[in-house]
Amino acid sequence: MHELPVTEKILDIIVSHAQRNNVQKVVSVNLRVGELSDLENEWIQHYFDYLAKDSVAEGAKLVIERVPVVMHCNGCGESFQVDVKAMKEIQCGNCDSKDYTLVSGKDYYIKDMEVI
Amino acid sequence: MDEVRLIEVKEDIRADNEKKADGLRSQLKAEKTLLMNLMSSPGAGKTTLLMKSIGMIKDEIKVGVMEADIDSKVDAEKMVAQGIPAIQLRTGGFCHLDANMVEQGLGAMDVKGLDLIIIENVGNLVCPAEFDTGAVLNAMLLSVPEGDDKPLKYPLMFSICDVLIVTKTDYLSLSDFDMEAVKERAKKLNSNIKIFEISAKSGDGLEAWTDWLKNEVLTFVK
Ligand SMILES: Nc1nc2c(ncn2[C@@H]2O[C@H](COP(=O)(O)OP(=O)(O)OP(=O)(O)O)[C@@H](O)[C@H]2O)c(=O)[nH]1
Ligand SMILES: [Mg+2]
Ligand SMILES: [Zn+2]
Repeated sequence: MHELPVTEKILDIIVSHAQRNNVQKVVSVNLRVGELSDLENEWIQHYFDYLAKDSVAEGAKLVIERVPVVMHCNGCGESFQVDVKAMKEIQCGNCDSKDYTLVSGKDYYIKDMEVI
Repeated sequence: MDEVRLIEVKEDIRADNEKKADGLRSQLKAEKTLLMNLMSSPGAGKTTLLMKSIGMIKDEIKVGVMEADIDSKVDAEKMVAQGIPAIQLRTGGFCHLDANMVEQGLGAMDVKGLDLIIIENVGNLVCPAEFDTGAVLNAMLLSVPEGDDKPLKYPLMFSICDVLIVTKTDYLSLSDFDMEAVKERAKKLNSNIKIFEISAKSGDGLEAWTDWLKNEVLTFVK
């Protein structure tokens, strides 16, 4: 059920852009979702299919690209990528600092959409 | 047949929420009220911990509680029965609170008279981690019966929290829960996370946690 509110938001944004651009039908939507998100792509599509019924986005395919987790090192200022699923200690590869802030990995970004 | 064309959208679905959350943060900073967001799985012990903790600090700090539930007001009633100012937000099916709902909640509270407002978020480890509530402190509760693998399953929650409170430690002797493994996993996701071990039942560890919280509030409202 957790995918539902997120999917609702996605649909709202798509429909408002479709209206502004005189769209008859949305064919596909390109999304970027952060690796930190625990939501499942498959379920997002299921909920989308359900919510988008009878709208301009009915039947649209969600193409989800996963965005890697990137941290900014507060020690040396470098950015570095992290594999959260590996459960290795998060540490800057450049200076070994463990003081970092998240740059990307939490994203839910709608890039563009193919429409008719 | 009509041509397929590409429309740029370029919107983050949480941009509105984040803007609102930032607005709430600066409003509450000006009013000198610290907003803390408490999250956990259902039944981990949020209400129990809050009632005990508030009882221990209420002579020094004025605390209010915002309870969020999908569709009940049991938790707020428990608070009010203890003399703790509380309101209930019903999320009407939503499995988390967002900044809009928190703003409505704040409108129903006497914010000016409070040093600390605690949100008891809806019980779940997924969505509350995705949506900023406007809180300056994010805390999560993990209870021993849930198991020590939760940081592996819900990395986002552990990475956004400032504090992890491992509760129901009175169950430790009955379980294979590995406390050191949890701490290590949480620290790997978030090296700055502050960790407390408590039992709301026996009272073990409660004072270290409430002392820390009290200090956070006093520093914030100074
Ligand atoms: N043994 C033990 N039981 C606890 C402890 N803390 C809470 N409980 C019990 O756990 C159950 C759930 O506690 P609640 O405080 O209602 O949990 P909650 O997280 O507020 O639950 P929801 O609001 O429904 O998500 C109750 O029966 C509590 O008495 C503890 O430290 N030890
Ligand atoms: Mg509760
Ligand atoms: Zn570095």
